[in-house]
Amino acid sequence: MSLDEYRKREFKQVGTRVRRPDGVDKVTGRAMYGADATAPGMLWGRILRSPHAHARIRSIDVSAALALKGVKAVVTAEDFGVPEDDFTRDVQDNCMARGRALYDGHAVAAVAAVDQATARAALKLIKVDYEILPHVTDVDAAMQPGAPVVQEGRVQENVPKGFSDNVTAHFEFGHGDLDAGFAKADKIVERSFKTAATHQGYIEPHACLASVTSDGKADLWCCTQGHFYVRTLCAGILGMEASQLRVTASEIGGGFGGKTTVFIEPVALMLSKKAGRPVKLVMSRDEVFRATGPTVSSSSDIKIGMTKDGRITAAEATLRYQGGAFPCGTTEFGTQAAFAAYDLDAVRTYGWSVMTNRPKEAAYRAPGAPVAIYAVESVVDELCQHFGLDPLDVRLKNAARKGTKSSYGPTFPDIGLVATLEAARAHPHYKAPLGPNQGRGLSCGFWFNFGGNTCVSLNVNTDGTVGITEGNPDIGGSRASISLMAAEELGIPYDNIRTIVADTSSLGYNDVTDGSRVTFAVGLATIKAARDAVRKMCARAAKIWGIDEEAVQWKDGAAVPAGPNAGKFPPMTLAEIAAVSAETGGPIAGHYEVNADGAGVSFGVHLCDVEVDRETGATKVLRYTVFQDAGKAVHPDYVEGQMQGGAVQGIGWALNEEYIYGEDGRLQNPTFLDYRVPVASDLPMIETVILEIPNPGHPYGVRGVGETGIVPPLAALSNAVSHAIGLRMSELPMSPPRILKALGGS
Amino acid sequence: MVKVLLWGSLRQATGGLAEVEVEAANFKQLLDRLAVEYPGLKPQIARGISLSLDGVIYREAWFTEIGPDSEVVLMPYMTGG
Repeated sequence: MSLDEYRKREFKQVGTRVRRPDGVDKVTGRAMYGADATAPGMLWGRILRSPHAHARIRSIDVSAALALKGVKAVVTAEDFGVPEDDFTRDVQDNCMARGRALYDGHAVAAVAAVDQATARAALKLIKVDYEILPHVTDVDAAMQPGAPVVQEGRVQENVPKGFSDNVTAHFEFGHGDLDAGFAKADKIVERSFKTAATHQGYIEPHACLASVTSDGKADLWCCTQGHFYVRTLCAGILGMEASQLRVTASEIGGGFGGKTTVFIEPVALMLSKKAGRPVKLVMSRDEVFRATGPTVSSSSDIKIGMTKDGRITAAEATLRYQGGAFPCGTTEFGTQAAFAAYDLDAVRTYGWSVMTNRPKEAAYRAPGAPVAIYAVESVVDELCQHFGLDPLDVRLKNAARKGTKSSYGPTFPDIGLVATLEAARAHPHYKAPLGPNQGRGLSCGFWFNFGGNTCVSLNVNTDGTVGITEGNPDIGGSRASISLMAAEELGIPYDNIRTIVADTSSLGYNDVTDGSRVTFAVGLATIKAARDAVRKMCARAAKIWGIDEEAVQWKDGAAVPAGPNAGKFPPMTLAEIAAVSAETGGPIAGHYEVNADGAGVSFGVHLCDVEVDRETGATKVLRYTVFQDAGKAVHPDYVEGQMQGGAVQGIGWALNEEYIYGEDGRLQNPTFLDYRVPVASDLPMIETVILEIPNPGHPYGVRGVGETGIVPPLAALSNAVSHAIGLRMSELPMSPPRILKALGGS
Repeated sequence: MVKVLLWGSLRQATGGLAEVEVEAANFKQLLDRLAVEYPGLKPQIARGISLSLDGVIYREAWFTEIGPDSEVVLMPYMTGG
């Protein structure tokens, strides 16, 4: 497709803070989440999970469970086929272990019973004969020759010889002469970093209801970021035709990337198929932690050279990501993103993907970028500190801008990094005084964004209202934004429009709600669908007036004759045209289908102030400000919410959140008591500054905002804490014990 | 002929070349020619490749036209969260 040229315009509704369409349902408890689905004759499913980090499954005896009164079906890997392609096979094997349990919490069997108590009792009757195998959970240990091998035969052709078979992929990006660049530096800092795996931490656990009938049709209700993709995966795993599986997405209690795949849905479908009754599966929080998400954990080595006046002469990063028991899928994005904020003559990044005996990683906002940029921004800060240079001035001096050859290859078109840096420098926060044991940190952030497959229908109702059918679960306010863009285009009030998320049988394929794509891509498709409907309404008015279609234009919600030669007719409003639609040719609707491109990359800058208690090691965030380019903020409340939410999740990643594994390879903290996410009382109000530098690839200039916000907090916090305590921190999370240890060692 | 910039770890499939030239007028033709002329790229093409064209990232879009003076950069297939 050709990119849609942005055209400057005065907005009447886009950019206003209208009432959110899901608010009443959510505050009154009416909203239907995944676990709220129910069906006549419904059974309850439960999943048995491995207590071992790595074990061969010699046998599974389900006879006693099946004999228990009330048990209607038991499922193991033997009930599924073996998909031909690696990707689908990995997804299936993650849902149900085949031959070997690869991590603590890996599903090995499932039951469906008449009630939850019977299902739980049945799990205890399943006898699994395990042969315990050596395990590895640390990324650096897993790379060593001789490490326990998680899966054989998964090494890509790009991996040099000499590593463990756990090293599945290698990436290299960059340009220029590193040796020459480092030779020009007045100071070179080399430092190594480690980050812990974190979970997306959504409030709503995974839940679904599956119903398979004896004639092979199936319905699935689930909480997901992408029900069309759920259909693709489940149909592939169960050998079904897509047309026979209808998937309906529930309201969603958070996803952040963690609900872009399936964990329980194929199991529920198989249980329902075997039992001949609907089956509901709801994960416990323990299961969510042990068997879904999380992010990668990482180790990295960064080397940056700088002149004494703050020019970066060369930069190099080696990033090692473990993505759990299956090949990691985010290393390449961290490797590309690491130095994206900088205009560099010599830069090289190396990425290594590694398997360990941990749960299969799932995407998490800007997957792969936060931990890479954390390490880079920490070293840039250290160099600024060494030379006594202002860290914002240094970033502006080295900032990527239009015409910069990016560290991952392409030359940047118009980008908003300099504008965000200048906004941060001009903000009162940057010059505010600090007290004892307090420190200020900043960091740049970057994410790619994309568009993707999108299909929208817009139906003009005979009473002059409009219904929009789109196919992306609303995780960040997209229904409001879509209605606003349609209202702007049609010239009718926002309250006259209702946007719904349709099931997979009601609309063409829509990609997952990820990649910060929905307001951009679904918004673009909605604008085009509205224009399609407008063309049709102008044609109806032309017929009524007896003039050519070309002689009619749309203005302020009505068809009007275009120019003096078209004749003199009073405007016909959308409602007036809709009211006579039956008489003028039938229903009026607009449609648009696209695989959208031109999303435009996104930059942000975060500033934070912290105070560290030297007796307890606890860090308090005193002030936090986010600066981010939104292109055009369609609904500023939601844009601010995305910026605030990303910052808070990043604060948790930086300060407390951590998957902790014992020597036995088992997860030690699978609860929100022991896995510490920030709560409201931990945080100041997160201030936000929205910049609007129009994206030329969208008719309204919209740019995705959902992911960039989680990238800068890790380094911003680390730099702030390092200044507060006078020691450079190089491991996340900076939990109180880790800070106390650092202080004790000083 | 279109000049195509490869990321570093693909260069083992091009005899160490960071940039190669192929005859292509769109993204599909580009991938097809690369697979023919540099068979070592086939596994990565099968796993997925996105394209940056004059700084704009295209995730797939076979029929995206490529001009003779366009800046063409291969990127791993883009995903998100």
